[in-house]
Amino acid sequence: MKSNLWFFAICLGLGSINIRAQPATMSPADFQAKLWASSCMACHGTDGKAEGVGRTIAARNADELYSLLLSYKTGEKTGTVMNQHARGYSDQQLKRIADYFSRVR
Amino acid sequence: MTIKRRTLLQTGAAALVSAPLLSGADKGQSIVVIGGGFGGATVAKYLKRFNPALRVTLIEPNADFVMCPMSNRVVYGGITLKNISTPYDRFVTKYDIKWIRAMADDIDPEKKVVKVGNERVAYDRLIVSPGVEYDYEGIAGMESARAQELVPHAWKAGAQTQRLKELLYAMPQGGTIAMHIPKVPYRCPPGPYERASLIAYYLQARNPKAKLLVFDSNPEIQSKKGLFEAVWKNKYAGLLEYVPNAEVESVDAANMTLELKVHGKQKVSVINLIPPQKAGAIARRAGLATASNRWCGVDFLTYESTRHQGIHVLGDSIAGSPGMPKSGHMANQEAKVCAGAIAALSVGQPVPAEPLIANTCYSFVSQSEVIHVASVHRYDAEKKAMVTVPGAGGLSPAPSQVEALYAMAWAANIMNDTLG
Repeated sequence: MKSNLWFFAICLGLGSINIRAQPATMSPADFQAKLWASSCMACHGTDGKAEGVGRTIAARNADELYSLLLSYKTGEKTGTVMNQHARGYSDQQLKRIADYFSRVR
Repeated sequence: MTIKRRTLLQTGAAALVSAPLLSGADKGQSIVVIGGGFGGATVAKYLKRFNPALRVTLIEPNADFVMCPMSNRVVYGGITLKNISTPYDRFVTKYDIKWIRAMADDIDPEKKVVKVGNERVAYDRLIVSPGVEYDYEGIAGMESARAQELVPHAWKAGAQTQRLKELLYAMPQGGTIAMHIPKVPYRCPPGPYERASLIAYYLQARNPKAKLLVFDSNPEIQSKKGLFEAVWKNKYAGLLEYVPNAEVESVDAANMTLELKVHGKQKVSVINLIPPQKAGAIARRAGLATASNRWCGVDFLTYESTRHQGIHVLGDSIAGSPGMPKSGHMANQEAKVCAGAIAALSVGQPVPAEPLIANTCYSFVSQSEVIHVASVHRYDAEKKAMVTVPGAGGLSPAPSQVEALYAMAWAANIMNDTLG
């Protein structure tokens, strides 16, 4: 049954779940996290897929990405702008952003 | 969309993701966006990403978006306008956006209609992102189109940028170029100082006996002050003279003379006058400019106008909270908050209550060295305003080549995120 539905969806040129309004398919908390993550996309590319020396952050392990963000926040890892940005977010917010990007494919 | 297809989609997608059925997402509200810059293009794209059922119309007269960031590098000849131009045609096709290639003339907030030539474009929600308009009213001699051509602002990337470059390149050896910086707030706080640095960089190489006079209406450098001061002292001493509190009173464009309120008359070879600024004309005509008739007050949860329901304002035209610069990066960020709010409302979900956005601004101080300023801004529910998050943000310690690489990557990525 599921494969039939995929077949229909693909026939309609809509081969992913993205055709649906995202606030309707996400909890308000998840949509809020997606909006925070959207802010990162100015430098890290839409969906976290960057060009040039901008770092791609899509589809990375959530725990690793979260630890990386925390290490920028604490200053354990040095950078240019990332330390300054990371300090603007609570640990919980960084975790939810890392979770969001880990799920992007 | 037919009933049959809609039902199929609802059943199919719901089964696949085990999510609730669509609740109103297929109403296909009409969202009209005026202006295809960092605010307008980003909001159009993200509205379609967040709710593809929304019908989005973009009203933008230009074939290409020419971005202001990096345009100071065009002035000295490091890159060309082509390097910072992106066409709209691929973008509107990719995101299924209806493009009206014309200038929006007027808004009727009562009838919810935008007038574009003879066309009347109806909207459920309107997003106004017209950028800034230049205000030559207080500067005698600058009213005519001829004067504005002879004395370019080059503060909207495009023909004026090219014109300033040509004037700079044609300047006689040992000549003097004067820049004028308006009082805050203006688009891109560090921009004039970046331009001054890059003109000095050019002069050093090609016209070393020439001089750049930077007349600033403000009492001091408005962004990255210590960094610019150090660069000017260490690299451009003797070439660049900075004069604070130097507001222009009048210009004699035919004789390349400007008269300053305190410092009197100055005859030079080239004048680059960046005029005072206000919200785009269409926003002011619609009564959206609630702050001293210059800037548009908004609700920072939705960017909806404080004057008219159903009309949102983005980017340089808004009356930002303290610490929010008028920048392309901020417009891109505001657009996502606005798109998120409209998308949530369109499906009966609550408006996301915790906007959290950031700004990064790079300035070239020579061909290969860059400095940055960064800040993070969160919504404060009590103040109903954006506040700068304490302890976050900051500046480069010094100009560096590695930040030049980051600046170029930033430009490519924000361009893609806005129009890609």
